[in-house]
Amino acid sequence: MSSIAQKKGFGATLWDYLTTVDHKKIAVMYLIAGGLFFVIGGIEAMLIRIQLAKPDNDFVSAGLFNEIITMHGTTMIFLAAMPILFGFMNAVMPLQIGARDVAFPFLNSLGFWLFLFGGIFLNLSWFMGGAPDAGWTSYASLSLASPGHGIDFYAIGLQIAGAGTYIGGINFLVTIINMRAPGMTYMRMPLMTWTTFVASALILFAFPPLTIGLFFLILDRMFGGNFFDHTMGGNTIIWEHLFWIFGHPEVYILILPAFGIFSEIFAIFARKRLFGYSSMVFATVLIGFLGFMVWAHHMFTVGLGPTANAIFAVATMAIAVPTGMKIFNWLLTIWGGSIKVTVPMLYALAFIPSFVAGGVTGVMQGAAPLDYQLHDSYFIVAHFHYVIVGGVVLAILAALHLYWPLMFNQMLSEKLGKWTFWFFFIGFHMTFFIQHFLGLMGMPRRVFTFGADQGWDLFNLISSVGAFFMAAGVIILVVNIIITAVKNVPVGNDPWEDGRTLEWAIPQPVPFYNFKQTPLVRGLDTFWIEKQEGNKEGMTYAEPLSDIHMPNNSFIPFMMTVGLFIAGFGALYNGEKEWAVPVLVLGLAITVASMAVRSVKDDHGFHIHKEDLMNEKGGK
Amino acid sequence: MSHDAQVYVKSETEFNYIKQKRRKDMRGQITTFAIMIFFTLIAFTAVAADFSKYLIAPVILLLAVVQVILQLFYFMHMSEKNHNVPMYFLFVGAFFGFITILTFLTIIWWG
Ligand code: HEM
Ligand SMILES: [Cu+2]
Repeated sequence: MSSIAQKKGFGATLWDYLTTVDHKKIAVMYLIAGGLFFVIGGIEAMLIRIQLAKPDNDFVSAGLFNEIITMHGTTMIFLAAMPILFGFMNAVMPLQIGARDVAFPFLNSLGFWLFLFGGIFLNLSWFMGGAPDAGWTSYASLSLASPGHGIDFYAIGLQIAGAGTYIGGINFLVTIINMRAPGMTYMRMPLMTWTTFVASALILFAFPPLTIGLFFLILDRMFGGNFFDHTMGGNTIIWEHLFWIFGHPEVYILILPAFGIFSEIFAIFARKRLFGYSSMVFATVLIGFLGFMVWAHHMFTVGLGPTANAIFAVATMAIAVPTGMKIFNWLLTIWGGSIKVTVPMLYALAFIPSFVAGGVTGVMQGAAPLDYQLHDSYFIVAHFHYVIVGGVVLAILAALHLYWPLMFNQMLSEKLGKWTFWFFFIGFHMTFFIQHFLGLMGMPRRVFTFGADQGWDLFNLISSVGAFFMAAGVIILVVNIIITAVKNVPVGNDPWEDGRTLEWAIPQPVPFYNFKQTPLVRGLDTFWIEKQEGNKEGMTYAEPLSDIHMPNNSFIPFMMTVGLFIAGFGALYNGEKEWAVPVLVLGLAITVASMAVRSVKDDHGFHIHKEDLMNEKGGK
Repeated sequence: MSHDAQVYVKSETEFNYIKQKRRKDMRGQITTFAIMIFFTLIAFTAVAADFSKYLIAPVILLLAVVQVILQLFYFMHMSEKNHNVPMYFLFVGAFFGFITILTFLTIIWWG
């Protein structure tokens, strides 16, 4: 077995990716698929801003507008931000803890395919009678009334994609609990690993309520259920609760990995140990925990009563405390460091003020009486874009530059990277800062147009111009990626020269078994410790060279997913087409049969022999 | 992940220790099993004896909670070493579940 990629034909490469269980390749697929959905969601965003650029615009119709905003939000959260973060977690976390792969490589692949097919299913709605149009929150009183199949695509698509996310989350948890290299205690784990861990725990607890809610919705819409129909004894508020019990933790599922990425960046480019490591860990866990106590702040105006509102308001404001701890720790990490302003560091520096602004508006909204004014206005839109774009998207862009050399053994151009950064950063503030004021001036969110006499023209125009700046930034980024991929100049390991954690110590290109010998971790910032002691190899080993056991590739995850994808169409057309039930049964049969094959067939994987490892050039 | 096959020979004391420990575990499991059957009997008897609904429901719920705990600790080996992390996760999950039910009860159905 050779780990060095031989030149393979296109078919062979494709087959390799369809069947791979290697966390590094799955990471690349997450990145590509997530990136594609990011572009689709971005185009939808541009359509929204074009429509709102001037009053009484008829660029898109009101109905189409609703579909676009719904798909924009759903795509960005479920199909772009989360999968891209999953890509980075997959690429980096196993390397950081000194593991040869995740705990369940087969499930890792299954998780990816479920996400991809769920996303495709959702987006097919555009071509099959119209997209969902009840907002990304899909409140039941709206969504039950929505004609056509849009909402059905939403419910089934998210169910499939959500199963993938759930599987991925459990996989990360088990990996971090069980597969850390010797010496890698919990309190020596890099922050990227810690935040992956806590975000995965949030997935573990937050996705079941969403799954239940979506099943209720599917039953109500396609199988004659009445969970949310008050005329039949149901209750529409139940959807709102279930959605937000999931939804608030979900925003932390997004932001925690972003915190992890920035923690790595600050330490690397300030060339200092992360300030207050243990309080960072503590804050991460606390944020994760409190994230489950606050969901009703999205429902202050529903009429929960003053007691409930007060409890959730206080809990909401409490979250600002651990978040603030993190901000100060980052500031103190850069304080007195010898700072190198690379592209990732630029993003990190820009992140702090942007995210703080979003946090401050969050606390404002957390004050229930004030939220009666702010709720459902553009102020809310400004808030969540400040935290999501100013936090999560900046982190994704930063990580793209930071981890590109780790994943592809090439360096993205710093020069073009800076152009992207400035366009994006300026565009971002231009688009969303002004939306706070639109909100305060009374502009409601999710309206498809506004009147010329309402005094919102100028601010909306400025906001739309900002969106074009962001788009320009993203286009430069795509150009940057293409140029880099074509040039293909290998950069070797530790390209930033100041890598501190294990992933930077591995030789490039990373061998498919990651570590020839399992490393011994001797402290926080392992690689940095070894460098300080002049260890040229960058690692101390915990075991002698011996055979390595690796899992085989498998096509079964793909087949299992295809089955569910087919079954989805059966469920969708239930009661409408006579082929619906047979298709549903067929799809489920494919999935169950694939599972049976997996259970019955013994697959023990294979061994890489010691002798082969010793001759290996790529392994050193 | 890479292991050369090794044969490990237990010493006499070790062997005795493990034997004793296993015996203790076994006794624990059988006792728990008996207790659980007893609980089930109580539940059925309570219903059969036609006690008030307001007595039966809480008693059965209480017994159920105790059973879950026994199940976790004796049959799913929660009491043994190295089960800390799963235990934290279970407790946290149970806590979140509890909060959810509590809010549903208080602000949807009773409120
Ligand atoms: C200090 C921390 C935060 C606080 C106190 C906070 C508070 C709030 C409140 C009270 C609302 C509801 C406003 C309303 O609809 O009337 C809200 C909405 C929202 N927040 Fe935050 N937030 C915080 C951080 C975050 C973060 C980190 C994210 C995501 C990364 C986020 C994402 C969102 C989203 C997506 C919504 C809008 C949901 C919708 O209605 O569509 N928030 N936030
Ligand atoms: Cu929230």
